[in-house]
Amino acid sequence: MHVPDGFIDAPVSVGAGVVAAVAIGAALRGSRRELGDERVAPLAGLVAAFVFAVQMLNFPVVSGTSGHLLGGALAAVLVGPWTGLLCVSVVLLVQLFFADGGLTAYGINVTCMALTTVLVGWLVFRGVLRLLPKVPASVVPASFVAALVSVPAAALAFTGCYALGGSADLPIGSLAAAMVGVHVLIGIGEAMITGLVVSSVLAVRPDLVHGARDLVAARRSSAVSPVVAS
Amino acid sequence: MTRTRGLLLVGLLVALVLAGGVSYYASSSPDGLTKVSEDEGFDRTATDHPLADSPVADYEIRGVDDGRLAGGLAGVIGVVATFAIGGLVFRVVRRPARGHDAAAAGPVHMAAGGREGPGR
Repeated sequence: MHVPDGFIDAPVSVGAGVVAAVAIGAALRGSRRELGDERVAPLAGLVAAFVFAVQMLNFPVVSGTSGHLLGGALAAVLVGPWTGLLCVSVVLLVQLFFADGGLTAYGINVTCMALTTVLVGWLVFRGVLRLLPKVPASVVPASFVAALVSVPAAALAFTGCYALGGSADLPIGSLAAAMVGVHVLIGIGEAMITGLVVSSVLAVRPDLVHGARDLVAARRSSAVSPVVAS
Repeated sequence: MTRTRGLLLVGLLVALVLAGGVSYYASSSPDGLTKVSEDEGFDRTATDHPLADSPVADYEIRGVDDGRLAGGLAGVIGVVATFAIGGLVFRVVRRPARGHDAAAAGPVHMAAGGREGPGR
């Protein structure tokens, strides 16, 4: 979904740049708490590198169209939403050198592909988790749904930017329908990859899945005998 | 710590294999946004990328003729660069518990260090 230069006019690009800068600034502060554990900092770098790698793997969706992981929901579940936002923003930064995603469109791309996917992904993840049994394994279906929703949400965020400052005068309703339609399909791929990766990490190191932290801790404390617990 | 390092190494290896090898088999069809822009007729409004002449532009190392090699190397460079830049960012972001060796300090000192040190 990398937005090239030219799709969105300068004022809206600058506006999105400000939104992106504020979000990244807040994330730099917020992720400090998430990175409090010394093990997490290199893992956050790994999540960014992994998202970069998987974003290269375009999978076919329908009629000569492909899609790839965006990774915001995945990163948020693995290392926390603030750190996840930084992860995807770093990926988008590196991709500039690969001529993927416009330079003046960097703010647009951070807003759509990092901020929107992390924000929507994390909120949906927390919401779904509330409905599921309080066990660590619940993070897998919750992250599946979060990833699924995050991609059309990013498509809508782009459509919103286009409505404000798009390069062509288009009926926004039809653009929104086209964008959401194809990105729901891409979202299914996103959901499958996210569920697979989250369940893999959960299987080997449940303590390192940020979104499972409370559930893992709860299980651990309930496993401890009451004598020791007091 | 060792087990975390193990996960780190395995994760990096997987990322390198995906970007360096598997990416060759990725779909080359236009992605969702590109396809929609073609269908809706605004794809021509995209302008040339300022870094289109970068040595890794379009995920292909310039000057390498073999497509598999050019793409694979670009992927490996991207993964390493992202890991390095990400690692640097997160190291800087993390409140530095300087003054004593972090490894020797242990989790108790780490937790305490977070609350002390006003203004840092």
